[in-house]
Amino acid sequence: MAFKQVSSPHAHAAQNTSQVMKLVLLATIPGLAALTWQFGWGSFINVVLASVTAVVCEAAIVKMRGRSISFYLGDYSAVVTAVLLGLALPPLAPWWVVVVGTVFSIVVAKQLYGGLGYNPFNPAMVGYVVLLISFPIQMTTWVAPLALLPAGTAHPGLIESLQIVFAGCSPADGVTGATPLDVFKHSSGLLVDQVYDREPLFNQAMFAGAGWEWVNLGFLLGGIILLTQRIFTWHGPVGMLGALALMSILFWDSGSSSSPGSPLMHLFSGASMMGAFFILTDPVSSAVSNRGRLIFGALIGVLVYVIRAWGNYPDAVAFAVLLANFAAPFIDNYTLPRTYGHTDRRRATEKEED
Amino acid sequence: MSRTWVTPGGVHPPENKHQSVTLPIGQLPIPEKLVIPLSQHIGAPATPCVEMGQQVLKGQVIAQAVGMVSIPMHAPSSGTISAIEHRPIAHASGMLAPCIEITTDGADTWIEHQGISDYEHIAPRKLLEIVGNAGISGMGGAGFPSAVKLNPGRQRPIDTLIVNATECEPYITADDSAIRERAGEIVEGIKILSAILDHPTNIMIGIEDNKPEAIAALAPHVEDSGISVVVFPTKYPSGGEKQLIYILTGKELPAGKLPADEGMVCINIGTTYAIKRAVIDGEPLISRVTTVTGDAVGTPRNYDTLIGTPVRHLLEHNQFDEQAGGRVVMGGPMMGFTLPSADVPIVKTTNCILAPSYAEIPDDDPAQPCIRCGMCAEACPVSLLPQQLFWYAQAEEHDRLEAHNLFDCIECGACSYVCPSNIPLVQYYRAAKGDIRQAREEKVKSDHARARFEFHKERIEQAEREKEAKRAARREANQQAKTDHVAATANGSTVSSTAPSAPATPSGAVPSSSAADIIAAAQARAAAKQASPEDQRAKLERTIASAEQRLKVAEEKLAEAINDDSGKQDKLSAAVENTRQKLEQSKSKLAELAE
Repeated sequence: MAFKQVSSPHAHAAQNTSQVMKLVLLATIPGLAALTWQFGWGSFINVVLASVTAVVCEAAIVKMRGRSISFYLGDYSAVVTAVLLGLALPPLAPWWVVVVGTVFSIVVAKQLYGGLGYNPFNPAMVGYVVLLISFPIQMTTWVAPLALLPAGTAHPGLIESLQIVFAGCSPADGVTGATPLDVFKHSSGLLVDQVYDREPLFNQAMFAGAGWEWVNLGFLLGGIILLTQRIFTWHGPVGMLGALALMSILFWDSGSSSSPGSPLMHLFSGASMMGAFFILTDPVSSAVSNRGRLIFGALIGVLVYVIRAWGNYPDAVAFAVLLANFAAPFIDNYTLPRTYGHTDRRRATEKEED
Repeated sequence: MSRTWVTPGGVHPPENKHQSVTLPIGQLPIPEKLVIPLSQHIGAPATPCVEMGQQVLKGQVIAQAVGMVSIPMHAPSSGTISAIEHRPIAHASGMLAPCIEITTDGADTWIEHQGISDYEHIAPRKLLEIVGNAGISGMGGAGFPSAVKLNPGRQRPIDTLIVNATECEPYITADDSAIRERAGEIVEGIKILSAILDHPTNIMIGIEDNKPEAIAALAPHVEDSGISVVVFPTKYPSGGEKQLIYILTGKELPAGKLPADEGMVCINIGTTYAIKRAVIDGEPLISRVTTVTGDAVGTPRNYDTLIGTPVRHLLEHNQFDEQAGGRVVMGGPMMGFTLPSADVPIVKTTNCILAPSYAEIPDDDPAQPCIRCGMCAEACPVSLLPQQLFWYAQAEEHDRLEAHNLFDCIECGACSYVCPSNIPLVQYYRAAKGDIRQAREEKVKSDHARARFEFHKERIEQAEREKEAKRAARREANQQAKTDHVAATANGSTVSSTAPSAPATPSGAVPSSSAADIIAAAQARAAAKQASPEDQRAKLERTIASAEQRLKVAEEKLAEAINDDSGKQDKLSAAVENTRQKLEQSKSKLAELAE
């Protein structure tokens, strides 16, 4: 009798990486549903187009690297990147915007760094920033939310949307519009209350901007599902949302004409919830320890607010996440947990304990 | 009920304990051969004290302890010593180690032995000696000699005795079933331990809440004994010594310290039973309860197994189906190691033989890349960052690994258990620890070698300095002699009076500089070594005669060569020329000498 030699532990939990990724994909459904309900078919088309592009790119690169295509596609990480990018892009953006962004995300930001697990930057956000800098017009043209469409009209149907995306047809008048963050960016001279009264984006909304509040609630719901499934810990999202809330309270300025907007608006507008639960929770490019992730999240929250309030861009999740990605190894160096039996935390570089 | 504390991390793998507790602890027929490894414990291996062919009785010492940290081995049954040689043992590396093989006679005849019933009146030192002589080492994991652990020669008194009945590994029920059936004897053993340790104030049996039968069995025996049974929620790895200490006391064992340094002793509950048998019954440790379980065996259950029983014997009596599973594990599914073959023997630390089917424990899927999801860090019971350790282990960054407290890893396997990418993390840590230990040893060696080399260099230089000093002294003396000689010559005294055997110094060659002086002295010494002129002349004449003879022969050969045209002319003419020159030199020297 000769037996197999295997290193312990012999038992393994059932969960694997592709299941984790699939769960993340499922958790984006509430957000995608809210986007489709409030902004039409554009986001859905983005997601599908980006996913197809990502799978093709991933397969091509994996083949070039001489690896098993089915094994590497089977982890679903390329699809997750593509779906997140597709959700972040403006609905009804031209098809080539989606394709260029996805190619950049998968080929440059992920595979050229060594593939899954080795990318220092969030691939979806790299793709997004490349597009935002290269094609500012296409990237800042948002569809108007359902409530703001001219009376008697609706978002273009699926066929019409496909024509807009692929054939370059112009959407009907009134289909595009500003976002709540745009509004505040250009609202100098008005008190916050006046903006809320005058702007249909706000006077048609419950608390944070028509359409956008639903989208953010959708991503919040998805995020809570992932939290309960222990796909990630609460530290990153709470760090970001807490810092964002704190910053917007500190600089609320009681709603004066120079106020960058209310805390609720900052938490439930733009990419806040998507960023908090789906972008900065990308474990590969974030800090590793729980304390590190809390700081990492808080840094993103602060950066998002700073760029939104005083920077040139209306939203800032992508820039903030990339800047924090730079800082992650630095944060890691100072945020090792205290090990059992040791009195102090150590630094990642110090060999001797104090 | 006592308060308990909650450790960080931990996992809840399927317990799979119910299978093996449906039947009581069983007895196997005595195996034909027993193989007793000489090292079943931490410390020095025992030395055999029996010979080939010798008859031994059950309980007879067959190998003696060596030094302080060691234990003796006893014959688990009566029979004949049939081999003392290297055999495969239960070790993760599949290595061979010295063993004693006993061919049993089936009679199972005990050696004469006697226990002590009134241990309360025996000195702790004497009790310790009994424990040591009974060959008892920790039966839970590492196998540390119990007598050493309990030795009172320490700084501070022991105030806390923790009896580990956690048995947190899935599948294993050896301690559970032992408590169910032997609770009285176990508590007796704990009382003996208490006596040895001079009655610690705090005696606790730590047990997980998944063993209600065992807890109930202990209850009547611990009543009014001062021993408390502390029950806490089931979580792997609560049974690790450090984890159990924290759960029961809320104190962390400082890194690098032993429990005894903190006034605590932590001992496995199976060991307390062995101590009871040793003291009260006078029986050495020759058997233990071992769980045989897994879907690849027919009847999972516990056996009172003789130490040295081949695993094959256990498996064959349990309708083991070799086709059903690929591996056989000694220990549990989290920290146990696979056996190379069924020929290895059961040892004092073997609490379980797990033969899982492929359905229970399938072959591992290939590892996927680490995405640093952090599930491992959430599972780690000692708050490490397994994902970072993995990263640095791959990169062989030893400094970073040490900064991340690699050596605090208890290798419980919780990180690998939860890893969604199927990375064998613990394997990387073991390898990295081995590499670092080796590097440390090599550094010690190279430091030693460097120190030796530098000492050697220093010694050579020292010798050189001494030689130089001697040379200088000699030069000084020579100089002195020369000056004296010059002075003497100037004073008109004869040369022969100072250097009688030396030939006459050429007149007028009195050196003026010290360099010329030295040369002159050297020449004088050289001349002194030469033979007298007559001898030289005779020698030269002999040389000339033989040279003339050789020249004549050479010239003849040359002439022959020229006639034959054999192509040797050049060589021969060179030889002739050579001989002629030597002849002329000798002749001119003779002429000089004659002048």
